[in-house]
Amino acid sequence: MSGVFSATRAKISEKTLRTDRWWLQPAFIVLVLSSFIVYATFRAFENDNYFSESNALISPFYSPCLSKECVPGASLVGTPIGILHIFGATVSPSLFILLFPLGFRLTCYYYRKGYYRSFWMSPPACAVAEPHKTYTGETRAPLILQNAHRYFFYAGLVLNVFLSIDAVLAFRGPNDVTGKMEWGHLSVGTLVLLANATFLWLYSASCHTCRHTIGGRLRNFSKHPVRYKAWTYVSILNHKHQNFAWISLFGVAFADFYVRLVSSGSITNFFFF
Amino acid sequence: MTRKLNMRIWRGNATDGGLENVVVEANEGEVVLDVIHRVQATQMGDLAVRWNCKAGKCGSCSMEINGRPRLACMTQISSFKDEETITVTPLRAFPVIKDLVTDVSFNYRKAMEIPAYAHPANLAPGEARMEQVDVERSQEFRKCIECFLCQDTCHVIRDHEENKKSFAGPRFFIRIAELDMHPLDTLRNRKQTAQEEHGLGMCNITKCCTEVCPEHIHITDNAIIPMKERVVDVKYDPLRWLGSKIRKREGIV
Repeated sequence: MSGVFSATRAKISEKTLRTDRWWLQPAFIVLVLSSFIVYATFRAFENDNYFSESNALISPFYSPCLSKECVPGASLVGTPIGILHIFGATVSPSLFILLFPLGFRLTCYYYRKGYYRSFWMSPPACAVAEPHKTYTGETRAPLILQNAHRYFFYAGLVLNVFLSIDAVLAFRGPNDVTGKMEWGHLSVGTLVLLANATFLWLYSASCHTCRHTIGGRLRNFSKHPVRYKAWTYVSILNHKHQNFAWISLFGVAFADFYVRLVSSGSITNFFFF
Repeated sequence: MTRKLNMRIWRGNATDGGLENVVVEANEGEVVLDVIHRVQATQMGDLAVRWNCKAGKCGSCSMEINGRPRLACMTQISSFKDEETITVTPLRAFPVIKDLVTDVSFNYRKAMEIPAYAHPANLAPGEARMEQVDVERSQEFRKCIECFLCQDTCHVIRDHEENKKSFAGPRFFIRIAELDMHPLDTLRNRKQTAQEEHGLGMCNITKCCTEVCPEHIHITDNAIIPMKERVVDVKYDPLRWLGSKIRKREGIV
């Protein structure tokens, strides 16, 4: 017998005496994250309906599109990666880039709290006994790899730049007369991509690694006034990191879903002008 | 306004014990500790409970109320519904001594394992000067009242007795963070020892310590995660390691 049932501890047979609905939050997180994983996996392998040239929209799951498999016009910086086949199937261009945002979120300090509690039940909630007999935390492989969070953060910043460029490019639209793409248009898709890029920047800027890098690692704030000021701003955002984590997750899924609907012809992207 | 309160209070010692039902009067504005004192005065004369200031500043009356680690003196009776039974138990992460009193000496042993502040050799007492911005960050950690609720709720030791020898716990991670962030502290291996000797890597950041802290110290966000990042700087980041070798210093000061 270990943990709360150890020999020297108060003899209480229940794993927890909490009377609130402590299981609600982990259950909700399992539901939402599982739904996202299923949807993102489907979209990553679908390899279709991710780009609409006439609406200047590209899905965040496929940007930057780096593979020769990408549909014409979807690649922003060329296609340095050739077409790859595994077991006869073409590897979707999405898979070459999704590793980085996936790694960023998987190693994110907030998501770690979320999935350790809800999926791994370590612990399922505060003061609720966990089911595992042993525990080594993040001291051994594979969880020691959580320490690579900063590298995924840097990669995430690069992707944010691409997604921001995508949002700017979405200010283009077809000329009413010639049909040629031109600048100076605004559509619902533009707003969706803009919102997505904004949410992702907020998520990155509020990241604990960002906070550490920008000034948290200093011992003397007074000797680095600019970095200290930047650290105070990032700290304000950092308090909302959990919110930005969720908003950006929904944002990226919605942006992809919207582009899918538009590029598949299911809906028409409304242009304000 | 007085109301009748249904309570279950754990009575016993290290070898045996259980929850005992009691009905007690509670007056408007009272806290759980007040009611426990009334039970002690009227029905259970030998009920053991540790308390001192009744103002949320001494950290003595830590216990678990309806399964949640809390200070009895800061838990309002009015926060419970009229029909609700309030269950009070000792802290479940530590050995019980009697009734609601536990042996928290584990925490004092861990405190002794952390090297104290090391003053610069070239500064005589009274010569040290610090800017307010440098003091502020660690001042948050000085609010700790050592109630050990964070230690109690931390599943690393609560659910795994065997980890107690290698894990200092959140209360002492804020102590290590406070010292590592101190501009004048000259001990330079706090990051390494935090990971290798005090078990920082065992923490999986589930933030229960922050949730239960009665002083609202952001234990996880302001101490544990910054320390984890500092540990990455010196142990797991090859680029930072290379940079430190080239610049011949431990890290940016």
